[in-house]
Amino acid sequence: MIPEIGHFAMILALLVALVQGSVPIIGASRGNAAWMDVARPAALLQLVLIIIAFLALMWAHVVSDFTVLNVVQNSHTTKPLLYKITGLWGNHEGSMVLWVLILAAYGAAVAVFGGNLPPPLRARVLSVQAWIAIGFLAFSLLTSNPFERIFPAPINGNDLNPLLQDPGLAFHPPMLYSGYVGFSMAFSFAIAALIEGRVDPAWARWVRPWTLVAWCFLTAGITLGSWWAYYELGWGGWWFWDPVENASFMPWLMGTALLHSAIVVEKRDALKAWTILLAILTFSLSLIGTFIVRSGMLTSVHAFATDPERGLFILLLLCVAIGGSLILFAVRGPSLQPGGLFAPVSREGALVLNNLLLVAACGTVFLGTLYPLFLEAVSGDKISVGPPFYNKTFVPIMVPLIAAMAVGPFLAWKRADLAGVLGRLKLAFAAAVAAALGAVALEGGPVLAVLTMGLAAWLLVGTLAEWAERIRLFRVSPGESVRRARSLPRSAHGMTLAHAGLAIAMAGMVAAAAWKAESVKVMRPGESVDLAGYTYRLERVEPVQGPNYSSNMAFVTITRGDRLVAQVTPEKRLYPVQQMPTTEAGIHTTGLADLYVVIGDPDAAGGWTVRIFYEPMVPWIWAGVLLMVIGGGVSLSDRRLRLGAPARRAKAPAGATPARA
Amino acid sequence: MTRKRRRLYVVLAAMLILSGAAALTLGALQSEITYFFSPTELTAGGAPAGRSIRLGGLVEEGSVHRLDDGVTTTFRVTDLSHSVPVTYRGLLPDLFREGQGVVTEGTIGADGTFVAREVLAKHDETYMPREVADALKKSGQWRDSKETAK
Repeated sequence: MIPEIGHFAMILALLVALVQGSVPIIGASRGNAAWMDVARPAALLQLVLIIIAFLALMWAHVVSDFTVLNVVQNSHTTKPLLYKITGLWGNHEGSMVLWVLILAAYGAAVAVFGGNLPPPLRARVLSVQAWIAIGFLAFSLLTSNPFERIFPAPINGNDLNPLLQDPGLAFHPPMLYSGYVGFSMAFSFAIAALIEGRVDPAWARWVRPWTLVAWCFLTAGITLGSWWAYYELGWGGWWFWDPVENASFMPWLMGTALLHSAIVVEKRDALKAWTILLAILTFSLSLIGTFIVRSGMLTSVHAFATDPERGLFILLLLCVAIGGSLILFAVRGPSLQPGGLFAPVSREGALVLNNLLLVAACGTVFLGTLYPLFLEAVSGDKISVGPPFYNKTFVPIMVPLIAAMAVGPFLAWKRADLAGVLGRLKLAFAAAVAAALGAVALEGGPVLAVLTMGLAAWLLVGTLAEWAERIRLFRVSPGESVRRARSLPRSAHGMTLAHAGLAIAMAGMVAAAAWKAESVKVMRPGESVDLAGYTYRLERVEPVQGPNYSSNMAFVTITRGDRLVAQVTPEKRLYPVQQMPTTEAGIHTTGLADLYVVIGDPDAAGGWTVRIFYEPMVPWIWAGVLLMVIGGGVSLSDRRLRLGAPARRAKAPAGATPARA
Repeated sequence: MTRKRRRLYVVLAAMLILSGAAALTLGALQSEITYFFSPTELTAGGAPAGRSIRLGGLVEEGSVHRLDDGVTTTFRVTDLSHSVPVTYRGLLPDLFREGQGVVTEGTIGADGTFVAREVLAKHDETYMPREVADALKKSGQWRDSKETAK
């Protein structure tokens, strides 16, 4: 009964979305306030209905209702409760329900917080949100109904893919989808602005915080996925330039560009058409990202069971959404009023450069991801595009971006003095040289790695120098500096944190790629191996029984000289329901490096294949990204950007924020 | 600065960056892509020596042996009409087993042995890598049954 309620609620949600997608927007074009007012209750009702559907599906998973096909295919009575809950979105049908739930939540947020938006804009935005919901609800109901029953009901289910039974991956999809779907806000606002033919200040004040929210979620989501691949797959790598990874990385790159161009719209009322185009492209890439993973179009090391038969519906949906919005942009874009002037060397100029480089970088990833598909369709040749391609395309585009990133924040709006700014970056330059020399002294190695380590230091010190200059650190008394830091807008602190975070993450990425060491050996209990200054001794291997798996757990002690560093316990698990082995890496982090141990199969003579990685600075990647997300959060808490704040701001005295518009 | 001048600068910068990116991409597409071969295609020759390629098919039943050093594995990859010997040093993926689909990346040696740097097996064992399925179809050995196609 409860699954039917869920199914029915989803059908009702689709009907509500049809109303929400038509009545308010017609009302907006006719100036009919009553019709426009339909949008807000409709958005809230839609959220309630989808919550009911979501909870119904979750109930079926939690109580292991094996009359529901989705539960049979993805659950098992012995599965731990956490994974019964998260198993809901560990499969195609359930993840689509999560997708529409998040979409409805964002739509409801416009309805709740959008009291200060001009009513026609709000009505149009909510209608566009409803169009997206119609597409996805129809897709879900027509091609991938999660509530489908099965008769006769089996005694037990097929279990969730054991690789997904992991805390890192349990929360990766909600984060990632909150990011993807969050960009629907910028998209809906962009489409609404194109229909209205104007971009007003309220528009920019809304788009930026929502883009920032989406960006934070997406950053966290991608990193959770990457972290999971790092410790769960046992390959010792954290990024493989795999199509599925690229699918989430492309909207991130484009969304980062959008985040920065929205600043120019907000502060200087320029780049409006460009920002709208970026909003459309970012969400389009989010849609492509969702579907690349779902459709089985691309061969990937990460692709889980996929169903190409859904491809046609997906393709149609993509064509309508992306093609339609781009056509609308081509028709209405030129009519947008151009904004303020600026010199090439200025904050605006720097942000334009940032945008161009990010979009070009995104383009190379896009080509690398889709070119194999294209080539196969045209010539029948099968190719794969791997890390060497991206090292020759993506990396060289990122280098000038990072170099300019330290300079940009110093530049004044409208017109800036580049020579003067470079003079103020002497310290950063010195730090870059020092870091490069340090890298040579400590590790030696590839010239490119040494130079990029210098670049990371340049960015870190340049970013901190800009912050120090703003609070006039060491030039005025410490108390005065603290007072200045307090009065600095939170978005400034946020930028400093995010840029510094990128510098730290980048140092980690470069070091992990350049100075990683690896050893593979068959070890008997009692034997040891030396790698990168550490000694690894295999003590013993014990069978261990988990809730729904059995495991061989190895005990490896790591010593450096005479000092005991750590004991790690890598495992090789077997999940009997799916007859599937998985690897659990044993990782000890020193803060400067990860010591990473994986155990393989036993041989006839009582030895075990042991693979050991020395992963320099990988923890810095996670720390750096965490700092970026925190930076985004801090910036979001800025009074100026706080959700719903524009209303208060409008009433606040003009002195509260510098009048820039 | 007039609006026209500004637009000119932006367009010039955009052209510069886009043409740079295009040049990089075209260069990398020449040299850095990996072609996929089935065992039949590889046996017929035509694979560039010394260049990284991918070989995919099924792991031949009874062909997997571990050498005395304990970490080097030899096996044969087959599309059921031809097969190619492969050596790989390292830990095999969890889902690697005889009779299952596999994709390996590496170079073909002078003696016709494929030296794999990387062995990929799918996360999901019911799934056959698409290239492998196509290779089997090409060799006429594809059985469209429930065991092979999901």
